[in-house]
Amino acid sequence: MNEAGIKLGFRLLFRNRLAGFGAVVLVLVICVAFAAPLLPLHNPDLTAPANRLLRPLTAGHLLGTDHLGRDLLARLIWGTQLSLMVGISASLIAAVIGSCIGIIAGFFGGRIDNLIMRGIDMLMAFPYILLALAIVAVLGPGLINALYAVTIVNIPFFARNIRGVTVGITHREFVDAARLSGMGNWRIIWSEILPNVLPVIVIAMSTTIGWMILETAGLSFLGLGSQPPQADLGSMLGEGRKLLITAPHASIVPGVMIFIIVMSINLLGDGVRDALDPRLRSGALERPSAVTRLDRKLPHEAQSVQSLLEVDNLHTHFEVGDRVYRAVSGVDLQVNAGECLGIIGESGSGKSVTALSLLGLVASPPGVIKAGTVRLEGKDLLSADFETLRSIRGGRISYIFQDPLSTLHPLYSIGEQLIEAIDCHRKVSKAEALSQAINLLKQVQIPNPEARINNYPHELSGGMRQRVSIAMALANDPDIIIADEPTTALDVTVQAQILALLSELRQHRKLALIFITHDFGVVAQLCDRIAVMYAGQIIETGRTEEVLDRPSHPYTARLIDCVPEPGSGQRRLTAISGLPPALDSLAQGCHFAPRCNIAREACKKGELSLSDVSDTHSVRCNYPLESSA
Amino acid sequence: MTPVLEVNNLSKTFGGGKSLLGKPVPSVHAVQSASFTVQKGETLGIVGESGCGKSTLARMLVGLLPPTGGNIIIEGQAITGQPRDAVAFGRLIQYVFQDPISSLNPRKTIRQIIEAPLIHLMGMDQAARRARINELFDSVNLRREFLDRYPHEFSGGQAQRIGIARALAASPRIIVLDEPVSALDVSVQAQVLNLLADLRKAYDLTYLLISHDLAVVEAVSDRIAVLYFGSIVEIGSAESVLTSPRHPYTNLLGSSVPMVGRALVQNRDTSAELPDPHNPPSGCAFANRCYLVQEDCRKTKPRLRSDTFEHETACFHPIETRPT
Repeated sequence: MNEAGIKLGFRLLFRNRLAGFGAVVLVLVICVAFAAPLLPLHNPDLTAPANRLLRPLTAGHLLGTDHLGRDLLARLIWGTQLSLMVGISASLIAAVIGSCIGIIAGFFGGRIDNLIMRGIDMLMAFPYILLALAIVAVLGPGLINALYAVTIVNIPFFARNIRGVTVGITHREFVDAARLSGMGNWRIIWSEILPNVLPVIVIAMSTTIGWMILETAGLSFLGLGSQPPQADLGSMLGEGRKLLITAPHASIVPGVMIFIIVMSINLLGDGVRDALDPRLRSGALERPSAVTRLDRKLPHEAQSVQSLLEVDNLHTHFEVGDRVYRAVSGVDLQVNAGECLGIIGESGSGKSVTALSLLGLVASPPGVIKAGTVRLEGKDLLSADFETLRSIRGGRISYIFQDPLSTLHPLYSIGEQLIEAIDCHRKVSKAEALSQAINLLKQVQIPNPEARINNYPHELSGGMRQRVSIAMALANDPDIIIADEPTTALDVTVQAQILALLSELRQHRKLALIFITHDFGVVAQLCDRIAVMYAGQIIETGRTEEVLDRPSHPYTARLIDCVPEPGSGQRRLTAISGLPPALDSLAQGCHFAPRCNIAREACKKGELSLSDVSDTHSVRCNYPLESSA
Repeated sequence: MTPVLEVNNLSKTFGGGKSLLGKPVPSVHAVQSASFTVQKGETLGIVGESGCGKSTLARMLVGLLPPTGGNIIIEGQAITGQPRDAVAFGRLIQYVFQDPISSLNPRKTIRQIIEAPLIHLMGMDQAARRARINELFDSVNLRREFLDRYPHEFSGGQAQRIGIARALAASPRIIVLDEPVSALDVSVQAQVLNLLADLRKAYDLTYLLISHDLAVVEAVSDRIAVLYFGSIVEIGSAESVLTSPRHPYTNLLGSSVPMVGRALVQNRDTSAELPDPHNPPSGCAFANRCYLVQEDCRKTKPRLRSDTFEHETACFHPIETRPT
């Protein structure tokens, strides 16, 4: 890991106050324990029967003495050192052996995996502590043997954990790439697999080390670990137990130390896990709320209601740490009943975020709607209460997403999911809902719907699954369907069918459709109007044929040229040089200016607004292309 | 011209055999006796939809997957059948992955990633490696200061250039491009395709371009092979396959591509489902979706037959004239 990564890790670790506290306490305990030879302590094993069971805070014996008159403070510090060493080395050994087993099983797979993991399963079949006791019984009592026992008992935990992670990494493409670079198996394990598994090993260790110290203490407590007169925390506790009533301090002192060690290690372990887990790194430890957070000034009252859906000056930002990503900045849209609007743009242009913002579906945190209104027949949806919004979601406005395999629930049949979609919005009897569900499947042209309704998503092909998602979107007779790249994951022949289906449904049911895509061909075939997005803004909008035949914005024109078109043979493609701008540091002026070949100085200043080319066609450009182009 | 790559009856079956308890394991014929040759400097486009076996074919060609049958001959050397020599393989044929980011190890710097083939395949010393890496980076138009960064700092297009540089490192004769641009945005897609075309000229490379996108394949290929359900159904010069497709599937594929200025097709094909791979039909796999299907199509499997110069079709009743 590079230096910046380590710094980031520490910052994340200490952002979690409890983890920071745990780290400080643990470091303190370790320092004191390992400084034992340097500290002015009594000899921990020196007995003085005359001074037996002195209370704490006695002169010369800060924590008192035990039943043989040995100084408790000295025994505690030396004992802590021993316990820590045993616990840490046991978990290190278990981690090394367990991880090796796990990596080998996961990497080679097949027979080797089967053989190793069944062996591990057998080890796990015995109850934990019984196995440890059995091992010590065979080897004989003693601290080293207790260490062996605790290690062996913990190997399966590491092996299973690491195997799972390794299997996932082994099937990643970079491992194939390493093979093609001429690396052998062992080298791949060492340089490709291990660095990626290491964080998991560290996390697993940090969460088990406390447990292993406890286990060692447990064995010592039972008299199977350290042997008198040598002190460790477990044996001190065991010796003190007999005098619990007469001299409670003899057992409380080591007990409190065990508590402090295990507690601090666990707090630190949780912190390490949170800091290393990439999902938690972005600071999204909280569950996203059901509605996108709203942080805007009160919108103006609606003027006259003209369209079914009107989006006015929508701004959606993602606030991650101290960075603000302006995913959508100032989008205006109108959709009329029965109309199909295409939103086209590259990844990161804000088209999906726009669509999700309409019903407050952007995950929050980190998403925030900073300004704008979304009006359905004049009523602002963003300020609606949650119940109203919920009834509109999947009711009057429904969504179709890109990947039906991840939007359909794998454990319910498609019938159950369709019925649920109906049931959420309308009170109908079970039989009625079932017949409606079958009817929906018929409408999306799924052959033999009566039988198919009992299928699970994985039993259907990609095209069929997307038909089911469309059926679900249709379940409550929506006015508007928002389709977010619904055909991108499908094969062309299947895509053609889904597009035909959507087009037919739209005409048949007078549906308004907002169709989000990156494909001009699809837009041309399906949409009445299109809006082209770039860096969170609509840069050109108009009737489909106007925009496609006579693009005014240089970006639109060049994007159309980029797309290889079938039927024109082998050739060099026109490319747009450069990359889309970073959304957290948008410059002034036209966002396309750095890539534009006709940009002038004026393009890099001020805010550009949409200006009309014709009644229906407008463009956000200082020097729009001539309409004859 | 001599063929730089010759593939004879290459097949791959997954599963099969018997389980520990003696139950037969169902088998899937992912690729069924594929044969083709590629000339030096040529680009062969392989088109097919998901599940047609195109990735399996690609992985066999670069040695990531052992074939069940058939052989691969690169520059006259038969590759299969001999004890596998990974180094020789890697110096002849390389691979560019579909997902540029996940093909780069997140915990290595770009320099370490590109160095790997130079160390293990070419055995270069440090000075030679440094010079070669600089040369490679210049040829894919990336700035040298990127070399010491980590993969997550790059966009898809840049990462794909790095992937291409890595494939070029061992100076292979052939590069298999497995959907090299499908994960990229259109504006970046064109940059990468153009770069590939330049590199082909500069280094005298032979490409096998695998894609589901007919338009992409057309823009860069000299010849095209169409794959359906594990078999090549049509192969020939790009122009001839695309402008006068003989196999009904190729025709369907071509007419399904959404295009500006083309109306939505209400195609005749309603099911669009592949046959059950565990229980393949005895005849033509496309028969159930074919509008020209006749009795004999369901009985025997059609073989590739050449009907015109350099254009072969596996169909009993190929399309005669160009359909409108």
